[in-house]
Amino acid sequence: MNLVKEEEARKIDRYIENAKKVNQHVINARVTAAFAGATALTVGLLIFIIVYILSRGFHMVTPAFLLETPRQMGRAGGIYPAIVGTILVTGIAVVIAAPVGVATAIYLTEYTRESWLPRIVRFGTENLAGIPSIIFGLFGFLFFVIYLDLGWSILSGALTLSAMILPTIVRTSEEAIKAVPNAYREISYALGSTRWQTVTGVILPTALPGIVTGVVLAIGRSIGETAAVIFTAGASLRLPESLLDPVRTLPVHFYILAREGISMDNAYGTAAVLIVLILIINIAAYSIMNRFVAKSR
Amino acid sequence: MRWRSAPQREMAQVTGESMTDIKILAQDFKFYYGEHCALKGINLEIRRNQLLTIMGPSGSGKTTFLRALNRLNDLVPGTRAEGRLAIDGVDVYGRGVDVADLRRRVGMVFALPVALPMSIFDNVAYGPRKRGIRDRRKLAGIVEKALRDAILWDEVKDRLHDHAGTLSGGQQQRLSIARVLAVEPEIILLDEPTSGLDPLSTLKIEGLLWELVKSYTVVLVTHNPLQSARVGGEIAFFLMGELVERGPASDIFTHPRDKRTEDYVSGKFG
Repeated sequence: MNLVKEEEARKIDRYIENAKKVNQHVINARVTAAFAGATALTVGLLIFIIVYILSRGFHMVTPAFLLETPRQMGRAGGIYPAIVGTILVTGIAVVIAAPVGVATAIYLTEYTRESWLPRIVRFGTENLAGIPSIIFGLFGFLFFVIYLDLGWSILSGALTLSAMILPTIVRTSEEAIKAVPNAYREISYALGSTRWQTVTGVILPTALPGIVTGVVLAIGRSIGETAAVIFTAGASLRLPESLLDPVRTLPVHFYILAREGISMDNAYGTAAVLIVLILIINIAAYSIMNRFVAKSR
Repeated sequence: MRWRSAPQREMAQVTGESMTDIKILAQDFKFYYGEHCALKGINLEIRRNQLLTIMGPSGSGKTTFLRALNRLNDLVPGTRAEGRLAIDGVDVYGRGVDVADLRRRVGMVFALPVALPMSIFDNVAYGPRKRGIRDRRKLAGIVEKALRDAILWDEVKDRLHDHAGTLSGGQQQRLSIARVLAVEPEIILLDEPTSGLDPLSTLKIEGLLWELVKSYTVVLVTHNPLQSARVGGEIAFFLMGELVERGPASDIFTHPRDKRTEDYVSGKFG
C-alpha cells in the first residue's frame, strides 16, 4: 500500500520537475525572440531611414550637384560650398577637440588619483554632454561671434562644435583608458618606464580602438549639427575663402531648403550626400585604426 | 650609479654596507596601506647572488615586501613606508631616488603570465626601447640573449613577430622573465610566478631560478611550502606581516625553530 503511494508521489514530483523545465524553456525561447525582435526593429528602422532618404535624394546627386555653387537660393545649382563648409567646420572642430579631450582623459586616469578633481570634471563633462546643442549655439554666438569678434565664420562654428563634442571625447576616451588592464601598467612601470613612456607604450595603443570610436561618434555629432552651427558659422551660400568667412553646412542647407520650401528635391539630395559622407568618414576612421592596430600586433 | 645622490653615496661608504656582500637589507621595515599595517618591522638580509624564497599564506605581507623593493607599491594611493629598506646600502625610500632607474635595476615577474598586446619581439624589446636603445641589430641581440636566458628562444625563434598572445601560459611567463632580463637588472623579484601554471611549466620556471641566481640576486615569493621545498636555498617564513623564521630549506623543513613554521610546512594551516 505504502509502496504504491510512494511510487505515485515520485511520479507527481517528476511531473512537476518536467513542468518547471518546460516552463524555463518557454521563457528562454520568448526572451530570445523578444531580444531578436528588438534588434530587428533597430536595424530595420535604420535601414528604412537610409533607404528612404537615398531613394528620394540619390537621383539628385550628379557630378554637377556636387561641384557647382547653388543658384536661386539653392533651388538650382549644386551644394559644393556646403560640402566644403561642412568638412572644414567639422574637421577643425575635431582637430581641436580630439587632442584636448584625449589629453584630459589621460590626465584624469593616469596622472591624478581618484579624488575630487576627476570627479568634478567627470560630473561637469556629463552635464555638458546633456546640454542641448542650441545652447552651445547661443554660447558660441555670444562668445566667439560677438565677444571675440570672429563674426559668423568657419572658425566660430568649429570652436563652438569643439566645445560641444569635447565632453563626449573625454568620457569615451576615459572609459577606453580605464579598460586597459592594470597588469600592462604594472609591467611597464616595473621595467623602469616613466609615466609618459607607459602612456605611449601600452596605454594609448591598447585604448586606441575605444578612443577612435569616441572620436567617430563626435564627428558624427558635429557633422550633423544644425542648431549650434546656424548661430555661429552663418548660412552663406558663397564658397569660403578664409577661415573667417561665413559658411553654410550641409545640415543647415538641408534645413533651410526644406523649411523655406525652396526645393525638397535638393533637400533630399543634400541629405543623401550627408549620409554618404558620414559613412565614408566612419569607414575611413575604422580602417585607419585597424591598420594601426594590425601593425602593433 | 645614477639613482644615488651624492650624500647617499657617501652614507653608503661610511656605513660600509656597499663593501659587504649584502645586496638587500631591511631594518625594522614597516609598511602601511592607510591605517592597515601590512609589514610590522621586518629585519632581513639578502646576499648577492642568493636565492631567497619568501614563503607564507595570503595576507602575510610577502608581496608587499616584494613590491616595496621596486616601489611598485607607490602606485597604490595612501601607502607609507617606515624604517630602512636598502639596496647596496642605499635606502630605496630615500630622498632623490630615481624610481624608474630603481625599477630597472630591480626587475619583477608577476603572478599571472601577461603578455603586452604586441609581438613576442616587441615584448622583450619594450624595456630596452624605453631606455633609448633604437639600433635594430643591438635590440635583436638583446632580445635573443634574454629569450635564451629565459629558455624560450628555441620555442619562439621562428615566430618572433607573432602576437605574444599566441603563446601558452607557461611560455608567456618565461616571456615575462625574458622581458625583465632584457633590461639587465641586478635583482629579480618573482611574485608567485607559477600560480597560474601547469606542473610541467612550473618545473621549468623553478629550474630556471637556479640559472638566474648565477648572475642575479633572486627573491621568490610563494604561498606553497612544497614549492619552497623543491626550490630549496634560503627560506624566509612570513606570517601576518612578520618574519617568523629564516634559514636554509633543510632546517626550515626538518627542524623549524618556531611552532608556527612547523605548523605551516606540515600543512596544518595556510
